[in-house]
Amino acid sequence: MTGVPDPMAASKISLRGVTKAFGPKKVLQGIDLDVAPGESLVVIGGSGSGKSVLLKCILGLLTPDSGSIRIDGEETVEFNDRGRARVMRKFGMLFQGGALFDSLRVWENVAFGPIQSDGMDPAQAREVATAKLGAVGLGPEIGELFPSELSGGMQKRVALARAIAREPEIIFFDEPTTGLDPIMADVINELIVKCVSDLGATAISITHDMASARKIGHRIGMLYEGRLIWQGPVADIDRSGNAHVDQFIHGRAEGPIRMQVRKL
Amino acid sequence: MNLPLLTVLGRMTLAFLEATGAVTAFAFQAVRRSLQPPYYRQQMIRQMLEIGYYSLPVVGLTAIFTGMVLALQSYTGFARFSAESAIPNVVVVSLTRELGPVLAGLMVAGRVGAAMAAEIGTMRVTEQIDALTTLSTDPFKYLVVPRLIAGIVTLPILVLVADIIGVLGGFLVGVYKLDFNDAAYLRNTMDFLQFQDVFSGLVKAAVFGFLITLMGCYHGYTSKGGAQGVGMATTNAVVSASILILTFNYFITEAFFAR
Repeated sequence: MTGVPDPMAASKISLRGVTKAFGPKKVLQGIDLDVAPGESLVVIGGSGSGKSVLLKCILGLLTPDSGSIRIDGEETVEFNDRGRARVMRKFGMLFQGGALFDSLRVWENVAFGPIQSDGMDPAQAREVATAKLGAVGLGPEIGELFPSELSGGMQKRVALARAIAREPEIIFFDEPTTGLDPIMADVINELIVKCVSDLGATAISITHDMASARKIGHRIGMLYEGRLIWQGPVADIDRSGNAHVDQFIHGRAEGPIRMQVRKL
Repeated sequence: MNLPLLTVLGRMTLAFLEATGAVTAFAFQAVRRSLQPPYYRQQMIRQMLEIGYYSLPVVGLTAIFTGMVLALQSYTGFARFSAESAIPNVVVVSLTRELGPVLAGLMVAGRVGAAMAAEIGTMRVTEQIDALTTLSTDPFKYLVVPRLIAGIVTLPILVLVADIIGVLGGFLVGVYKLDFNDAAYLRNTMDFLQFQDVFSGLVKAAVFGFLITLMGCYHGYTSKGGAQGVGMATTNAVVSASILILTFNYFITEAFFAR
């Protein structure tokens, strides 16, 4: 992704010492992270490394055990319902499986935020939904269908349209290309780049897909065993000097990262 | 592994208390949030139709056959003491006080409680509930509160209809099979019926409506682990709602009628 934002600018998202455990399993072990306004950060890491938990902690869907999470300088960890709802207005999220509401039509899914949360008139929200569907390459006739009638790639596009419908300042992408063929994955990557740059939004994406990471990110961070073990510009990923990163980006079974596979 | 009996009993007690505490906290949270706007009227109307209108056939059938069986069974008992004239009264009091609310509650628990747990559970495991939060919509207010209010409002109406249909069932058997005079049957029905008989049944219905929707929402909302988790949530919703209906039925009856 081009147009790297100024790293010295005040952080849009700032994490300090964030920890989260589920019982004895320590998923996040002291995450320090800053994301500048307009920056697109991609977090890579193996399954179970804590990527999704990290996003859910920032969104407030999970409460961290300790540490600080600031959005635009405002501490969000101890927010009440009203404060959380106010900050949530800044966010858009593309879920891994789309998470489209299957009882609603496609246009109602896209217009959900504007109608239910912003109180927009349904007729006007429908126009917004049609425009956003158009922005992700879907015609207005798709709006009349239910999510179960769409292919995986189309569902991802609708989910992207829903994520950008309220023109958020911050967008999260959870495994945006998982389960898609390489061509559709690239289409989604290009849409993400276009939407983020059109909105001037700050983005955090989590992915295993290195092609996607290289395309949509300004900066990449690698999470391993709940710690951010490396971060740097996308261009530096191939000369990170970190054996864990090298093993991950080349997809090698041999290396410092040991998968827990039981021998047959 | 063989555990000493006391350990097993202790674990079961702790699990029961933990579940009771979690359900109670969920119920308090639901009640607290139901007092704060926004209110999702369309969701509420949809749930009222789902719980009330679409349950009418199954509850109506249950009620009419229950009324018919009650009349027949009462006849075989009361005929021995030449007390056949008490049959209309027995039918209407049994239906309004007990069988109407309990049977309608159990039927709705099976039909609606299960569907609710499955729908909300699927929304949980497919991250649709998280998606609601990211769209600045409180999932509790959007999913749980409309269902609870719809249950509390709709079940009494459903039970009132069930009472009428059940009495009609008794009337049909009484008049066409047991040769009662139709006017005398209706007079006996109305003469001995008291306001409290119907009112206690409607209070029960409102409580059962709350319990059914609470259990459906709680088990769906807290489900985890994919399809298996949703399946378990559905079963638990129906079983726990049924047990709670029978338990609360006793306590409400005692509150109204114990001397």
